[in-house]
Amino acid sequence: MIANFGYGVLFITFLVTLYSVSAAIYGERKHIPAMVESARRAMLLTWPLLTLTAGVLIYLLTHNHYEVQFVYEVTSRSMPTYLKVTAWWGGQAGSLLFWSWLMSAFASLVTLRKWDRDREFLPWVIVVACVTMAFFIGINVFFENPFAQLYQTGAGIAAHTFKPANGILFTPQDGRGLNPLLRHPGMIIHPPMLYLGFVSFVIPFAFAFAALITGRTDDRWIRLTRRWALWAWLFLSFGLVLGSRWAYDVLGWGGFWGWDPVEIAALMPWLTGTAFLHSVMIQEKRGMLKHWNMLLVILTYDLVIFGTFLTRSGILSSVHAFAQSAIGPFFFGFIGLTFMASVALLIYRWDSLKSETEMTSLLSREALFLLNNLLFMSILVVCFWGVIFPLISELFTGQKVTVGPPFYERATAPLFASLMLLMGVAPLSAWGHSTIKTLGRAIWKPIIGAVAITAVLFVTYTQRVGALLGFFLIALVILVTIYEYLRGAYARQRSQDENIFTALWSLTERNRRRYGGYIIHISMMLMAIGILGIESFQVETQGRIGVGESLNLSNYTVTYRELASWDDEPKGVNYTRAVVDIYRNGIYLGELHPRRDYYYDSQQAMTIPGERATLRDDLYVLLIDWEPASTTGATFKVFVNPLVNWLWLGSFIFLAGIIIAAWPEEEMERVAVPVRRTIPQTSAAD
Amino acid sequence: MTSSSRFTSYTLLLTVVIAALSAKSATAQGPTPTDDEVNRVAKQLYCPVCESTPLDACPTEACRQWRDLIRTMLAEGKSDSEIKQYFVEHYGARVLAEPPNRLVAYLVPAIAILLGTLLLFRGFQIWMKPSTAEAGGVSAQQEAKPAQDPYVARLEEELKKRN
Repeated sequence: MIANFGYGVLFITFLVTLYSVSAAIYGERKHIPAMVESARRAMLLTWPLLTLTAGVLIYLLTHNHYEVQFVYEVTSRSMPTYLKVTAWWGGQAGSLLFWSWLMSAFASLVTLRKWDRDREFLPWVIVVACVTMAFFIGINVFFENPFAQLYQTGAGIAAHTFKPANGILFTPQDGRGLNPLLRHPGMIIHPPMLYLGFVSFVIPFAFAFAALITGRTDDRWIRLTRRWALWAWLFLSFGLVLGSRWAYDVLGWGGFWGWDPVEIAALMPWLTGTAFLHSVMIQEKRGMLKHWNMLLVILTYDLVIFGTFLTRSGILSSVHAFAQSAIGPFFFGFIGLTFMASVALLIYRWDSLKSETEMTSLLSREALFLLNNLLFMSILVVCFWGVIFPLISELFTGQKVTVGPPFYERATAPLFASLMLLMGVAPLSAWGHSTIKTLGRAIWKPIIGAVAITAVLFVTYTQRVGALLGFFLIALVILVTIYEYLRGAYARQRSQDENIFTALWSLTERNRRRYGGYIIHISMMLMAIGILGIESFQVETQGRIGVGESLNLSNYTVTYRELASWDDEPKGVNYTRAVVDIYRNGIYLGELHPRRDYYYDSQQAMTIPGERATLRDDLYVLLIDWEPASTTGATFKVFVNPLVNWLWLGSFIFLAGIIIAAWPEEEMERVAVPVRRTIPQTSAAD
Repeated sequence: MTSSSRFTSYTLLLTVVIAALSAKSATAQGPTPTDDEVNRVAKQLYCPVCESTPLDACPTEACRQWRDLIRTMLAEGKSDSEIKQYFVEHYGARVLAEPPNRLVAYLVPAIAILLGTLLLFRGFQIWMKPSTAEAGGVSAQQEAKPAQDPYVARLEEELKKRN
């Protein structure tokens, strides 16, 4: 009964979004402001409606209503309440609803702003937001109903939205329980972060689309949405980092990124989003690349839809799975339609998007930004091709293939290296004009520093050419960034008569986006140290050892002390935990507890590593197997992952940098508001 | 049975046992392969049943048996490529980490990237042509742009002085 109520509310929300789209278009075409206002209010209604729907679903999840198929699939009696709530996004139907709910929240936020100056955008922003929402809610309503209930009929037990003839409601005693991999804290926060990133990228697209259709193709749409784009990028980046950390802690293979199609699906909008964040600066400063920015935002939007689809369905694994799934063709139809419609509009408005200035030098900052865009797009091409290649191969040759890490690593490594080189050079080049001479004058000091650091590393750490090249580039970028930062601070110190710390602070305060960006560059390089470390120097060993025996790897010794296995009945989990003593160069460091958790409800096991983290390396011990009867012998897999913790360290600095860049600037707002009655959050300059 | 014939039958049995043992040691070269040796091969293969999971990291029972199979094959003296070939024959090309037809896999993105690069440089040429004619105009505009922001202007000025 309650489930039917939830479905009813969901269906009404679907109708409301459709009404909103029609009212907005009708009001705009016939110039009836009241209709547009009605569309806006209808859109505002979607958030409370979806919150109610979600509330019903959460009620069902937390009250063991296993007659509802979704509840049966993702929860069980032994799960704690907070996990039952987060199981909301633990399955496809629920996570699509979660997507729509976030989307409605963002759409409401956008419509609550003042629209005085941008009246003409409003109907089209509503149209884009509501079409997107209608699409996702529609999938829930027609294909993936989270409220479908299990009925027993002559043909057996199956889920139905409405009670079939002669059907009897079937309530299983217990649910199947959430996949244990999804019970990890990282997995509880990671999907919402990623989805926040996905959803907030819809807003810049909505404004771009509005700008194209109204013909108001100046920079206004970019100024209105660039902070949205930055926050979207923050969530997406953070979602990616959290996902990596989760993989490292839970998947038990000693790595954090496996070039799985699901991971790549989330990386692709990040690539276009990052390219977009850079190239909008060219449009703002130089009035160039207007077509390109439009295209990037369109691509990002469709990659977001593609990503949402891929992360939950796993449908791209085979042509067969795709053809069988009801929502596959629907998704691709939507992506194709929105992409073609947007590109057609872009072509229609082509002439009004002409550049205002010309490119003057191949070494100017705008030229280097263009190169940066080219590299990001190249990485995107590699990723996209890698994801769809198995499908193409199966379609044309009938042969199923895997595109795994070797392909991606080989194809993207030179591209990432070039990006780093560009990160080292671009901050020193000037807008408009730069020559070899001016660049050379600025860069020679950092280059000497980077060479010196590489030489020290050559003597003390590694003689491998690839790794040394990587370290050189990392050192170069960090030194250039610090050098550029100090140059600005010194200039300010002189002109403002401030001490160097005040100068550094106020420099950052005044140019948040620029210096926040530099902090992000540095954090990326710290993360690169971690990636380079684990990619180049990871070592592993595996072996079966008895109590008191040891495995040796690198300078570490891992000695098996004991093993215990016990049931936690309320949780429905069996834990098997080993205790190992670890030594480095013979010095005792402490003990680690690698374990295996077996979940009875879902009949799945999770391998939790014992980790010892330092900035030098990470010792990562996995319990692979053991003798159940005697507990005398156990198999361990040991990894030493050099430098990997720089990755996590870098991600914190990254977070700080992006918050600095995206935080609203109050001082500028006070100046801007009385002059031109505009929207405070978006009128602030960078 | 006489004692001599018993002796003969014992020798015969012994011979058979020795022959069997020596035949076994002929195929098994050296001791049982270590987990590390097995993982070295398993790393290059993908689990035939789970999506996108390397065989060395896959926790399922099926994969454990496949790893045991690798161990047996290594013990029989098979090379890495022979083992990989065996897996491809039995489970299809998807067990390999990379498509067997590497040319197509790498060529398409390479061509796409090359085209993109060419397009970009063609764009540069088009953009830069008119600017040489009105170089003065552009540089004047450049001077004017930073001046809109007094702070940036001051910064630029200071930097110029330092240089």
